[in-house]
Amino acid sequence: MTVPFIQLIDVTKSFGTFHVLKGINLSIYKGEILAIIGKSGTGKSVLLKHIIGLEEQDSGRILIKGKPLYQLPADEKRSFQYELSYMFQDNALFDFFNIYDNIALPLLENPVFPKELVKKKVFTRMKQLGLIGTENKFPAQLSGGMRKRVALARALVTDPKMVLFDEPTTGLDPVRKKNVHSMIQEYQEKFGFTAVIVSHDIPEIFNVAQRIAMLDKGIIKFEGLKNDILDSHGKILKAFIRGEDI
Amino acid sequence: MVTKLIEKLGEKIIKLLESTGRVVIFFLNGTINIFIMPFQFGKIIDHTWFIGTKSVFVIALTGLFTGMVLGLQGYYSLVKFGSEAALGSAVSLTLVRELGPVFTAIMITARAGSGIAAEIGVMRISEQIDALRTMHINPVRFLFTPRIIASIISFPLLTALFDVVGITGGYISGSIMLGINRYVYMDTVIKSIRINDINGGFYKSLAFAVVITTICCYRGYYTHLYSGFGARGVSLSTTNAVVQSCIFIFIFDYIITFFLV
Repeated sequence: MTVPFIQLIDVTKSFGTFHVLKGINLSIYKGEILAIIGKSGTGKSVLLKHIIGLEEQDSGRILIKGKPLYQLPADEKRSFQYELSYMFQDNALFDFFNIYDNIALPLLENPVFPKELVKKKVFTRMKQLGLIGTENKFPAQLSGGMRKRVALARALVTDPKMVLFDEPTTGLDPVRKKNVHSMIQEYQEKFGFTAVIVSHDIPEIFNVAQRIAMLDKGIIKFEGLKNDILDSHGKILKAFIRGEDI
Repeated sequence: MVTKLIEKLGEKIIKLLESTGRVVIFFLNGTINIFIMPFQFGKIIDHTWFIGTKSVFVIALTGLFTGMVLGLQGYYSLVKFGSEAALGSAVSLTLVRELGPVFTAIMITARAGSGIAAEIGVMRISEQIDALRTMHINPVRFLFTPRIIASIISFPLLTALFDVVGITGGYISGSIMLGINRYVYMDTVIKSIRINDINGGFYKSLAFAVVITTICCYRGYYTHLYSGFGARGVSLSTTNAVVQSCIFIFIFDYIITFFLV
């Protein structure tokens, strides 16, 4: 049986008296696109932040290639952390940096990369995402869709092995949404990274993801292949897909 | 009733200890990173420009009027005892030992400190600090370390500027406006200031640089813990940063003066 790249076992998290995650069990396999769906406020972003280490679970375990992070040898731990990338829901671009510097930041802060290589990598991503010509502009001077693409370029510039997307299409028009989805799919096929996408775009996300997990009230209600979701008899799942409140 | 009171008191003490620990870790994380390569030269220049160069006009203006007021007040007090010739000495010593470092620190807090707290606060609520962490960039090194170096460079220089302009202000009101002999004024200035007075002022300005930068960066960085999220949270953390910086300026001023005299 394949060992999941990342596995969450009974992960719980509370903020004060508010229990956000109530025992999450989820497996993420190498090279797949996993979509996490669910109503707003069910803890999808919090779950994503646990995977990348921005939040620490109250209880439960997060296994990396079958081992807890703290048990990995220092080298392996560091290289795993460098393999991850995160695209924030609101982009989290730096207002005081121009677009070039925003995209280049993860490389510039790492002295291993010579400046010429950084420039090449940044311009390659900018070209792929249609951002050429914006390098000297500031985030506030760009449209919402372009800022999204800048955030995507920044997330991909380090050639990560795994990218976590927190609602990458929020606030985009249907055409841009489709573009972002196909871009993720295309790059995932091209670079072979593992992708976890938190999304509300039903049913579009089913065309992008290979597996779906549904989070509801702090627990995973469904986890499986996208074809299984349509055959599923889960009441909550079906209602959510149909956009009904239960 | 008593149990509840003790509970509340205990809660407050625990929170205070937690905050103290957090400040110490934040400060150590930032200062240790000063010595870790690569040196953040570009960022230090940027922040020295913001904290230092852009404060020059405000500091010069405040220094000028402080010196002029000291000249005026000093003259009318000294003239009663026929000691108006000592005006240069009174103005310069007051400025160099006390008012120069303190007023400079307060003005920088108002101009740059509030800006620092607000900027880092906005970065916190818009997840930019989290973004740094996901890029494996130490946010404290990125945000606090260059600012503390910039402050250590800027504060003593701005204090020196305040002192010089202030003494000139005293000269304007004392000699030009009220007629004290200008040679006497300058002579008493030169003769009364000792190197220890200048050093004392600089020690204070260095201490204020460290304290103010730490408080303002810390308040902005932990906006979400103390003031909550959103615009209101940033506004609250900025206000708290300025108020606490001013309080600590006076506390440290007293402590340093106590050891210097």
